[in-house]
Amino acid sequence: MDSNVPPIQVLELHKYFGELQVLRGIDFQVNAREVVCVIGPSGSGKSTLLRCVNLLEVPTAGKVLVEGIDLTDPETDVDAVRARIGMVFQQFNLFPHLTVQSNLTIAQRKVLNRSEDEANEVARNVLERVGMLDKIDEYPIRLSGGQMQRVAIARSLSMNPDMMLFDEPTSALDPELVGEVLDVMRGLAEEGMTMMVVTHEMGFARQVGDRVVFMDGGVVVEDGPPDDVLLNPQHDRTQKFLQAVLRQ
Amino acid sequence: MKKGTKQRLRRGTLYALLLAIVFAIALLADWPRIQRAFFNPEIAVEMFPEVFTIAAKNTLLYTFFSFAFGLVLALVLALMKRSTIRPYRWIATTYIELFRGLPALVTIILIAFGLPIALGVSIPGGTLGKGAIGLGIVAAAYMAETIRAGIEAVPRGQMEAARSLGMSRATAMAFIVLPQAFRVIIPPLTNELVLLIKDTSLFFVLGTTVVTKELTKFGRDLMNTTFNGTPLIVIALVYLIITLPMTRLVAQLEKRAARAR
Repeated sequence: MDSNVPPIQVLELHKYFGELQVLRGIDFQVNAREVVCVIGPSGSGKSTLLRCVNLLEVPTAGKVLVEGIDLTDPETDVDAVRARIGMVFQQFNLFPHLTVQSNLTIAQRKVLNRSEDEANEVARNVLERVGMLDKIDEYPIRLSGGQMQRVAIARSLSMNPDMMLFDEPTSALDPELVGEVLDVMRGLAEEGMTMMVVTHEMGFARQVGDRVVFMDGGVVVEDGPPDDVLLNPQHDRTQKFLQAVLRQ
Repeated sequence: MKKGTKQRLRRGTLYALLLAIVFAIALLADWPRIQRAFFNPEIAVEMFPEVFTIAAKNTLLYTFFSFAFGLVLALVLALMKRSTIRPYRWIATTYIELFRGLPALVTIILIAFGLPIALGVSIPGGTLGKGAIGLGIVAAAYMAETIRAGIEAVPRGQMEAARSLGMSRATAMAFIVLPQAFRVIIPPLTNELVLLIKDTSLFFVLGTTVVTKELTKFGRDLMNTTFNGTPLIVIALVYLIITLPMTRLVAQLEKRAARAR
């Protein structure tokens, strides 16, 4: 991969849901090995922005470039690009009819055409990384929320992605289970994974993030180093949001 | 009167009424005649083993092929109904409304006799081929809606997770969504199977030979030759032997599905 091409580049992005305008011209970039945390009130469009990056939402106008490839170009093989982008959902979205192992191997087999042995080997390795190897033969229903999310992260990692997207990965978890998931994400960041994280975890954003982006009303209000955005916000809306969050 | 006494009195009256009716029927009915007409052991014995080796076998054979053909067609229709291409949706909707609205017998006659007469097209496979395609076409209309409901019961996040791993829509549908949808719809599909078992009795219209009769035709022909109702009682019992375990199975499956939720 050309190291000069940013993994994620969003240009003048607009998104409507029917009449409702959710994104109003976003210019945004994530550089290689960077961890960018996107914060903002609900309805600010941060999840929609994230979902536009792997085209789970189709932009109304503007461009989404992943490793320089234009996802909005109808000629682009979107499936091939998606296979290189890991995605972690708020609701985990593990496949309940498959064991943990099969959750991790099915896309390796069907998309990357890996052999069964190779897929199983990769599955064991990534489960080890997230500390879930002992649950390899369980069905998702038998796992706690934190364990499910760690398996979901492992499932993404099993595809050897170039970058990872996280859509409020800890918002559906009981408070005591948040830590184990954030630990795994911190480990990924330390290994140099390119990450875009939509989150409400301000502590994580400050400690792990290289940059913090504050969104409100479908636009990027503030974008900078975590300490600048979180401790010394320049904009009124950012200050109000942070005050409201910190009061909790 | 106390409330308890009143209630006992009401229940007593209802029991007395029931007894009176049963008693009246028992006295008025001509039992020897009913026994001769419907429970004649000699005629019943004569029906074996053909009632199993031919009639029940054919009923199950017809059911199986109608169901198999109907299920494949239903799956195609369900996917068409969810297609992003509008004409596909229109075709599926029209098909479903049409064949749910027509009597199954009309569709079977159309396939077996209408096509040869009108178009010179003859469906191969004799009674089995014509009947299974005719009945399968009808069954598909019902099962398509069931399958569609099953697909829609699978949370959207499942498709999204599969797609974001790089799977194509078709791969995600085949390996992630449909397996989960079928878990939900096994009870209603089994119900449909029970209905089909009974509907194969419509195959009489196809004109059958000695070896292609299913249960109803088999019983009715024997009734005509013996001038006796016993054959109907026998085939009724055989139907129940087949259908009762299946309806019980549906109940079990539904209970299990409810628990899993």
